[in-house]
Amino acid sequence: MRLLTHNMLSSNIKGVVNGFPLRIEAEKVLEKNVEMNSDFLKKMFEKIEWKAFVEASRGMGYTELPEEADSSMLDSDEFLNRFHHALLELHLEEGALVCPETGRRFPVRKGIPNMLLHEDEV
Amino acid sequence: MKLKELEGHLGSLDQFPNPKIELEQYPTGPHIASRMLFLAENSYDDVSNKVVADFGCGCGTLGIAAALLNAEHVLSIDVDPESLEIASLNAEELELDMDFIQSNIMDLRWRGPVVDTVIMNPPFGTRKKGADLEFLSAAMKVASQAVYSLHKTSTRDHVKRAALRDFNARSAEVLCELRYDVPKLYKFHKKKEVDIAVDLWRFEPASHQS
Repeated sequence: MRLLTHNMLSSNIKGVVNGFPLRIEAEKVLEKNVEMNSDFLKKMFEKIEWKAFVEASRGMGYTELPEEADSSMLDSDEFLNRFHHALLELHLEEGALVCPETGRRFPVRKGIPNMLLHEDEV
Repeated sequence: MKLKELEGHLGSLDQFPNPKIELEQYPTGPHIASRMLFLAENSYDDVSNKVVADFGCGCGTLGIAAALLNAEHVLSIDVDPESLEIASLNAEELELDMDFIQSNIMDLRWRGPVVDTVIMNPPFGTRKKGADLEFLSAAMKVASQAVYSLHKTSTRDHVKRAALRDFNARSAEVLCELRYDVPKLYKFHKKKEVDIAVDLWRFEPASHQS
């Protein structure tokens, strides 16, 4: 699972109000190179919740993203490279996503988060 | 990529070894899947460089087609772990980077409109009534650009009304009518193969943002 996917998802347990962002517990992180597409990155920058993104990247062991970011930084190649790497090249392979409100863990195995709810959580 | 080439890749994918009738698991054939994604890309620019989600992905065909047509990020979702495993092996086989999530489509909660395009071959609702429209309702909440979906031609008026009235669609258009070959997968199928008429739909959500 990439951090782009992580940035879209909230905890889906019934009754949870602040289910975003899910906390990342990383046991194994993979890196896979993909070609950079700066137009895509510029468009995504507007849609990403930056603070959650930075936190998630740290959870994955990547610490090169700045705490704060604004769109003027998209002119810098160095920034784009880092943004690209964290957004699309890091994969959570083994670990868990944890609901920030209830602490319920959604396991991630072979890169696939299991977000199935128990009967009493629907 | 040419249509024939896309269809060829999709024809090589592994499909359900033990299809589950309660989930209405029917493979999306390479003929339909390739035309669906080809049209989305070449007539509407809804695939390449986009974030695409495949709802009820089964063995992954539609999402893989999107990835082959250069979607930037593909997220395929299914409730069935066995299907997801096949889907991720299918993607790996073609060296595609895709994300998968195991979840009920109706239960996922999304933070905001990050997905551009949703593609899906939902259950037609023959086993669980209304399942087709539940999928459509969920997709319309998530997509910011367009939703592509297959529905039985016999439900055309019903689907259109639901999309425009209940799911807040700005437009609901049948792009073409296709023949869906349903091979004899399940015991209750009497004939060797049936072919149902299905519509390929394109829906646009009302709050259009990009």
